[in-house]
Amino acid sequence: MEHFALWLSAFLTLGILSFLYKDNPWYKLSEAIFVGISAGFWVVTLFWDNLVGKFWDGWQDEPMLFVGAALGFLMLLRLVPKIGWISRWPLAFIVGATSGLWLMNYLASNIMVQVMATIQPLFSTGYASGFDAGWGAIISSLVIVVGTFTGLVYFFFSKEHKGAFGGAARVGIFFIMITFGASFGYTVMSRMSLLIGRMDFLLGDWLGMIG
Amino acid sequence: MRQEIPLLITAIVGIGFVIQYFIPHWPFSRMSDWFSDWFSIVGACAIILGALNLMKVSIEKTYKRKEDWGYAAVIIASFLLMTIIGIAEGRGFRNPGTSFDWLYNFVYIPLSATMFAILAFFVASASYRAFRARNFEATLLLIAAFFVMIGRVPVGHTLSSFMPIGWQLSDLASWVMTVPQAAGQRAIMIGIGLGIVSTSLRIILGLERAHIGGGK
Repeated sequence: MEHFALWLSAFLTLGILSFLYKDNPWYKLSEAIFVGISAGFWVVTLFWDNLVGKFWDGWQDEPMLFVGAALGFLMLLRLVPKIGWISRWPLAFIVGATSGLWLMNYLASNIMVQVMATIQPLFSTGYASGFDAGWGAIISSLVIVVGTFTGLVYFFFSKEHKGAFGGAARVGIFFIMITFGASFGYTVMSRMSLLIGRMDFLLGDWLGMIG
Repeated sequence: MRQEIPLLITAIVGIGFVIQYFIPHWPFSRMSDWFSDWFSIVGACAIILGALNLMKVSIEKTYKRKEDWGYAAVIIASFLLMTIIGIAEGRGFRNPGTSFDWLYNFVYIPLSATMFAILAFFVASASYRAFRARNFEATLLLIAAFFVMIGRVPVGHTLSSFMPIGWQLSDLASWVMTVPQAAGQRAIMIGIGLGIVSTSLRIILGLERAHIGGGK
């Protein structure tokens, strides 16, 4: 069974990699298996974790869970064209809950915390500790303040980017490009590490060419 | 009724979560717990709806013998295989040694990992285009990506080991990440935050109605 499993994994891995040559039936077959298996994986996981684990095991202690189950059932009515409109109710619930949660969470974490982290004492870590920051730390703090402020200026589209405002926006673009470059570098590295993992499987586990 | 009830649901649930943030006590804490549980159940049903819709489309394609119907049949077969095995195995479906676990380890994991791994090649071709430093902005992107990549791998450390500590490639990569990258990231995060806050407010107040079919 172990032998068969290795060959099956290798067959599917090579099937996906074959797309690098061009679109072909082997890739399409592997892709179709991936789509079906992924959908099945999530259906089974959510069935046991959310529907059984949350609703079926809990409705005796918490009858209000039936409201959630009813909304879930209404969502499935989307598949019935004549009464599909009723699925807007659970959809409205999802959108309302997400809006309410994100409104406060993003206000707290993305706005308040980021602003607080940007506005820091320049020359010391605390009022009582005196001037204890090094020049490197002072310059870094200034760069962060300037970068964040000018980046925000760039995102302000209600005023034409001209004059001093345009100059600040241009500096903001530089910082944003550095951010994109760093994100790009991280993406490349994460994909490369996945590729190394698959090569390790093919050459090591499957073919036994590397120890 | 098709418009008003969804708008009312959105407003009540949205305002409920906002109030609960400021007053995390009964009855708002209890209401928030209900909403969270309902969210999990409705979210699960939404994913199941997506899977059922995939089945509907695939069955129709197979039944009508449309182009590439064979692959649609494979989707149906692999979906049914995973689902039937997972449901039949009961609550311990994820335990090591189960058939579901076997399918997960030897089919799902290799496929998903390889699917994302081949993006490395497409990223390489994209980087060729991006790294042609045509202007100052592209050069900055190139330099930042270079320092982050070279500074986080052993060869980068080896290449710059003769430099004093604090000026080696790994130190420069850390500086890029914690200072100029963090500044740009903060501007983006604050911008996203402001956008989400304003959009959420518009949705809760009923000014944004795209999710319930627009203004019709």
